[in-house]
Order: sequence, then C-alpha cells, then structure tokens
Amino acid sequence: MNYLPNTDKDRQEMLKTIGVKSIDELFADIPPALRMKRPLNLPAGMSEWELQKHMRELAAQNKNLTEYACFIGAGAYDHYVPAVVRHVLARSEFYTAYTPYQPEVSQAVLQSIFEYQTMICELTGMDAANASMYDGASAAAEAVTIAAGLTRRKVALVSRTVHPETRETIRTYAAGHEIDVKEIPMKGGITSVEDLKAMLGPEVACLVIQHPNFFGCLEPMREISGLAAAHGATLIASVNPLSLGILEPPGEYGAEIVVGEGQPLGNPLAFGGPYLGIFAVRNKYLRRMPGRLVGMTKDVRGQRGFVLTLQTREQHIRREKATSNICSNEALNALAAVVYLSWLGKEGLKELALLCAKKARYLRERIARIKGFEISFNAPVWNEFAVKCPVDPEKIVKSLLDRRILAGYPLGRAYPELKDHLLIAVTEKRTREEMDALVSGLEGLV
Amino acid sequence: MRLEPLIFEYSRPGRKAYSLPALDVPDASIDELIPAEYRRKTDADLPEVSEVDVVRHFTKLSQLNHGVDIGFYPLGSCTMKYNPKVNEEVANLPGFTELHPYMPEELVQGALKLMYDLQTYLAEIAGMDKICLQPAAGAHGELTGINIIRAYHRSRNDTKRTKILIPDSAHGTNPASGVLGGFTTVEVPSDSRGGVDIAALDKLMDDTVAGLMLTNPNTLGLFDENIQEIERIVHSRGGLLYYDGANANAIMGICRPGDMGFDVMHFNLHKTFSTPHGGGGPGSGPVGVKKHLIPFLPVPTVEFDGKRYYLDYDRPQTIGRMKSFYGNFLVMVKAYAYIRALGADGLKKVSEDAVLNANYLLRRIVGYYDLPYDRHCKHEFVVNPARIKKETGIHTMDISKRLLDYGVHPPTNYFPLIVDEALMIEPTETESKDTLDYFADALIAIAKEAYEDPEKLRGAPHTTVVGRLDEAGAARNPVLRWVREGSQAR
Repeated sequence: MNYLPNTDKDRQEMLKTIGVKSIDELFADIPPALRMKRPLNLPAGMSEWELQKHMRELAAQNKNLTEYACFIGAGAYDHYVPAVVRHVLARSEFYTAYTPYQPEVSQAVLQSIFEYQTMICELTGMDAANASMYDGASAAAEAVTIAAGLTRRKVALVSRTVHPETRETIRTYAAGHEIDVKEIPMKGGITSVEDLKAMLGPEVACLVIQHPNFFGCLEPMREISGLAAAHGATLIASVNPLSLGILEPPGEYGAEIVVGEGQPLGNPLAFGGPYLGIFAVRNKYLRRMPGRLVGMTKDVRGQRGFVLTLQTREQHIRREKATSNICSNEALNALAAVVYLSWLGKEGLKELALLCAKKARYLRERIARIKGFEISFNAPVWNEFAVKCPVDPEKIVKSLLDRRILAGYPLGRAYPELKDHLLIAVTEKRTREEMDALVSGLEGLV
Repeated sequence: MRLEPLIFEYSRPGRKAYSLPALDVPDASIDELIPAEYRRKTDADLPEVSEVDVVRHFTKLSQLNHGVDIGFYPLGSCTMKYNPKVNEEVANLPGFTELHPYMPEELVQGALKLMYDLQTYLAEIAGMDKICLQPAAGAHGELTGINIIRAYHRSRNDTKRTKILIPDSAHGTNPASGVLGGFTTVEVPSDSRGGVDIAALDKLMDDTVAGLMLTNPNTLGLFDENIQEIERIVHSRGGLLYYDGANANAIMGICRPGDMGFDVMHFNLHKTFSTPHGGGGPGSGPVGVKKHLIPFLPVPTVEFDGKRYYLDYDRPQTIGRMKSFYGNFLVMVKAYAYIRALGADGLKKVSEDAVLNANYLLRRIVGYYDLPYDRHCKHEFVVNPARIKKETGIHTMDISKRLLDYGVHPPTNYFPLIVDEALMIEPTETESKDTLDYFADALIAIAKEAYEDPEKLRGAPHTTVVGRLDEAGAARNPVLRWVREGSQAR
C-alpha cells in the first residue's frame, strides 16, 4: 500500500511541466555521498487485510482490561468511556484538521476548545484555561517554570506526595532554567506542614501540591495555601478533574495555577497516552500561560465567532521570547474531555465522584478487616488509598493475576520507605463482586 | 451551514445524558466520605443536556471545520497528508486502548514489541543508533534533544557552551526550545540560495556554542547543499548537530540525517508517518541519537533481552523524564501500521511523489507568484505575491482568505520570516495531479482577481459560515470562557 493517487502517466506529465526527465533529477542537490545506495532495511509492505491481521495478532499479545479487574490507578484511571465520545472523535472533520490557523474554516475546533476552556474554569474555579498540554506531568513542569519566571525566584518546593513521574518531569524541565527543586517531606501520607514551614522563604517561587495526592489522600490545601501566600509563593495545585465533582475548586482555596492529568475525562488508558494536561490560571498569569487560547469575538458580519488569541505568548510569533515552546498539543483528547463532561453534565459529575468515593470506602473497609492488612494513612481519601501488606506487594500483584485481578500499584517502586504498601484505586467500573474477589484473593495470601 | 450555539446554551435543568452503574455496595453519607471542609459548596456549572443534544451539537459543529478528509490542506511544514482509515481502526483495538501503563510487563508484551520495533524502524529511516518514543510532539522532541545536548557537554565538563545556533529560516519552536533548554540562541543568516550562510556560520561557531539546530530540507523546502561543510564546521569545534525532522517527508529512503552527520533529531509521527493532527494534537515526537548520546536519553527506554521486552529505568546519565509514562502510544500504533503497510519501497515512493507534487505545483504557479529562490524544491516551497502586492496592494492574507472560497485550505502564511508575505505550500504525496491543478488554477484566478476586482479579495472569504474575525478585538478584550447570563463572571 502507499496511498498515492498519481498514475505513471500523471507523473510523466508532471515531469514534463517541471522540465526534468526523472524524479531523481529533483534530488540532484543532495551530495552523492549522502544519497542512500541501498533500500531501507524494513519489512516488506502489506495489503490492508494483511496489516489488519498483523495488528490484531500484535494486540492479542497483550492482556487487556476487558479481561481483568483493574485496581491500578496511580495517575491513570479505568473509568468508563461512553460511546458518544468515540463517535464524536471519529468525525474526521475534527481529527483530520490541524491547529485552527484559519478561523473561518475552523470554528468546530475553536468552539469546542472554548467550551473546554469554560468547563475547566468551572471545575477548577480559575479565570482561564488553555487548550491543553501534553499531560499532567509536563503541565506541572511548565507551571513551575512560569511561576519562577513571574516571581523571579529560583526555588520550587514539590511535595513528596506528588506523583513520582510528575516530580521527575519537573526536575527535567527545571534543569534548563537552573531552578532548584526541593522536595517537601511527607508525614502520615500527606505533605508535612511542619517541614514546609521551615522550607518557605523569600527565594521560594512556588509550591507544587497534588490533591488528592499520589496516595489518594486529601491534602490540607487551605493551610498550605495560607503559608504560600504569606511568603509570596505561587501555589500550583495538581488535581484529578473528576475529583472536582465533589472537592472544593482549587481557585477557592487559593491555588493560582491548576494543573492535572486530564485522562479520566473520557480518554482510554491506552498504555499511557495520548492523554491531556490541564492548565488553568488566575488572570495575573494569563499573559505568561503556555499553549493555545481561544477567545470569543465577532466577524465582519457581526456574528459570534472564535479565534486563537493572545498569540504573542507563543513560539511562532515570539520565537526565543516565547513563554513555552509548545505547539502541537492534545486537542483531540481535550475534545474527548468536553464531550465526556457534556455527557456527564452537572449532576453526573457529582454522582460519579460520589459513586467512586462510596465504592472506594467499601473496599478500604473490607481490606482493613483482613488480618495482617492495615490502612496506610489516616487522612481522608476519595477514590484511591494505600494499604500496608503482610506480604510483598509485588508478590500480591503477581499472584492475583491468575484471578484476573490487577491488584494495584506497589508503592515500593517509587518509595523505598513504603515497600510493604500497595496503592489501590476504585472507579465506578469496579463491581462489588470484583472487590470481593480482590479481598478473598488477599485473604488467601496470609 | 449555520453557526452552532454553545453546548451550554442547550442546557435545561434536569436534562441528562449520562448513565452510571447502580450502587452495589452499602451507601454512605457524603459526610462519612469527604469531610465538609474539603468539599465544594456550589456545583460546577456544566451543561445539562440529553445524549442526542450532545451528538447533534458536536456533529453540527464538526461540519464547520475543514479537514484533510474534506479537501486539500497544503499547510507548509505541517505535512497534512491523508490519514489512512485502517490505522484508526487498528488503534482502536482493545488490545491497545485497554492497557494500563502500570500493568505487569508480562501482560503487555505486544505493546512493548510494537514500540521496540517502531524504534528500530525509525532508527533505520533516520540513520540513528537509538530512538526514544517518549516525546509527545515535535517541539517536545526538540526540547528533549536540547536537554540531551546540554547533558552531553556537561558530562565532559564543557560548561562554557551556552549558545545554540539557529538559522533565520527555522521553525519558531527551535529558538523557543533552545531557550527552554537553558541556552541563549543566536541566529545564523541565510545565503542567497536559501541555505545556511557558511561564512557567517564559520564566524559564529566557537567554543561557546553547544550546537546547531537545522531543518534539512529547510522551511523554504530547499535542501542545504553545503550540509557536509556545515557538519565539518560544527563538529570540528566541538558542537553537536540537531536535525528538526518536521520536513522528513522529503527524504525517506533517499538520504538520512544520521548519514548527514546529525547527532540528535526528532521525527513528527503526525506529519511524516500519517497519524492525524487531531485539530492540534495529539502528535508524537520520537527522538533519535547517535551512539555517543544514548546514555542521555529519557527514561524509560524499551529494550529486548532476546526473550522478553521490558522497560529500562536504570540509566544513570539520563536527562530524566519528559512526561509521564512512555509517550503517545496510540499515535505510535498508527505510525507503526503506516510503516508496515508501506515498507521500504512505499516510503521511498512517498518522498518521491511528495517532491514531485511540490515541484509540479511550483512550476504551475510561478510567473503568477514570485519565487524568491528559483531552484528545484523538495516537499514544499515558498512563493510570495511581491509583484501583486506592489501593483494592487493585495496581501498574502487576502489571497489566503480568498482560497477559502475555492474550498481549499490556504498554505502557511507569513512564514518563514525571511520571505516577505510568504505563502508556504506543502501539497504532500497523497494529492493527485487533478487536485494540484485545481489549486493552481484557483491561485492563478485569484492573482487575476487581484487586478480586476481587488475588493473581492479584501472582503474574502464570502462563502464560509463566518467572515473575517476581529482578532485584534479578541486580544484586546479577551473573552476566554462562556458566562451564564446574569451570573457573576469570576
């Protein structure tokens, strides 16, 4: 296959118009020493049917979540994706378009982003949201560089309860800006406020706090926010957008930049991507915000319309003076989010957040009663919690595979001090039967 | 076609689209679940709509957009080629979509094998020694590469290299990536043939320069014939060469960045390898490196020990992580399918026809539009309406807007910056001669209209659902979210 429409006759006519004898002549300016003298060493091409067959075989070499009960969360969650999301995303007017540089023929992409921006502002209580970042981790990293730029301070405090991969990404980005990233210790599964107090000072640009944090625990955001404000440091809150069906919007407790992994909003787990990064700010950060922004305006006929706006922040205008280098983003994943949130609506979002909390509570209580197991931390949780196990969590995960259960995320992988602890997430998809099976599986191991 | 209300404007209290599974565990009060001090006091004001409202809204909205499936989309440097439908189908297989990134490796051997093989194929196409699939887009790949360059020099205690050289024709992401990676950027001028000015490079390249970022063919669609001399100058003075793969659609199977001497590069899977652009994303920007830079690649890499595929986190000199997990996996699935469908022969034909199409289109319109660098181009070219502008006052913007009335997407406008009023045209290989002829005829007709009826161009587009939009007003008074009538904007 090659998807090429031109016939050899077309090619001959085109060469004649160009005034050359062969296609090869068009490559004559490439120094001969650099021309490939052999074909690329790749498998031979296939027909569409052969490709389908090959891809199905490859897919079948994976065990997928339609066959397993997934209690792994740790930053990516097994929520149900309604059929409407897939069907809207399959509209090729959306998926075969690019960045809406020509607004007159891009109102679909522009308006859907405007709707997305509105919904993210509603969830987070912030003034403005961009059209998406690559994922939650890179969104947090760019938030840190922006806060450092605005405050002209060089220290970022990141709680140890923030997702380990987000912390790593922040460090990678910070290295280029010579921002000193310091980790705020944790205590009882949440950020240690005592340590935070000792670490705050005039050199601190920002704090990054995840809420609910990596262990599922709720953080004392109001207290932390007060401390940040007292020292002129920017509070960056990293959130799970679905938790905001029930939890206080970050704008109300004083966060100035909100980031988060948007995957739970209608995006499949897909082995880690593509997801989308949520990025929302208070107005004072608006002109430093990375990424695309859509604004409402009028056309020459007086009709409402939408355009990319405040583009002087962006790399294609500002080049080396841009606030970020992001160009392609995760627009189609943001479309999934806006369709999903439309489907859920005001009531659905709240109900779903509550349902996850109720199911998580059931499982947490049942596991707490198994001899040898205990709940790791006392802080309140929403949909995820850690348990201390009498058996190596890696062993637990392995042995429950036979029962078609993915038991959770062994915390020892990222926290040596928590090597006996297992992180368990519960979405609306986990049935009582599955949870009971997990419990009986755990009971069978002690 | 009509404008579509906002989804919020369809909202009616109590209307629902969602369905959730019934509660099958003992109920608990909200106070038992989440203490009041953590809870929100007012609901998020999401729309209350039915499922059919959702479907009709987004379907009607979709009809207001141009896409590759609707018509020609010759946006320069964006490679808006046809997105094969089979790739969409296979990427939707549950064996790919229903995988948690932290599933035990033994359960996801198919996914890891796909990634490993894709790394191998891309390395062969690039002439590089190893590929990392983690970056989520081209600019993300650039930043990864810049971080690798910084880490390389630091590993040699060579700390005085604080600058990155970037040609004045470069994509805007290049200077932004350089700065984000902690460097200052220095612009290298172009010569009269559109390539890097060798004398200027020779002067700028010293021991404070970490590397040069180059796109070849460049944004003018021109292959830099002096690439070997550029390579010699940069490498002999301790710098590294970065290849921006945005224009790789011109070179597959013909020449390779690795053979040209580049040390590190990125591909855009959403350009060269046919994965859809999604209205702005998701993309994927794999980074390839030569042997001496392998230790600095992001973690984790995908490896194979002869029996099983696995993720390798144990890389002491790594620059770290560029994002969570392993990259935009479903985009990788589509690019993998594309490479397997085409094979070596097919990919070479892609580049040949991409270059043929661009040169044909160029020759069809030259004479009506000015060509600042009169050479054979590669996969794209840049013209401008210099004479038209001088004689009629018509701008590139007017021409582009008028093209919309002809049912095609305009080229990239006003870029590269080194050409006044640039129109940057990349037809891609998946367009037929007939489509190119239609587009050329439209451009020629518009060139004539500029003289005969310039107001028609200044007022264009006439046939789209909205006319020209007040962008200055949008920036002066930003309205970035919808606010319910009567409610207080936050």
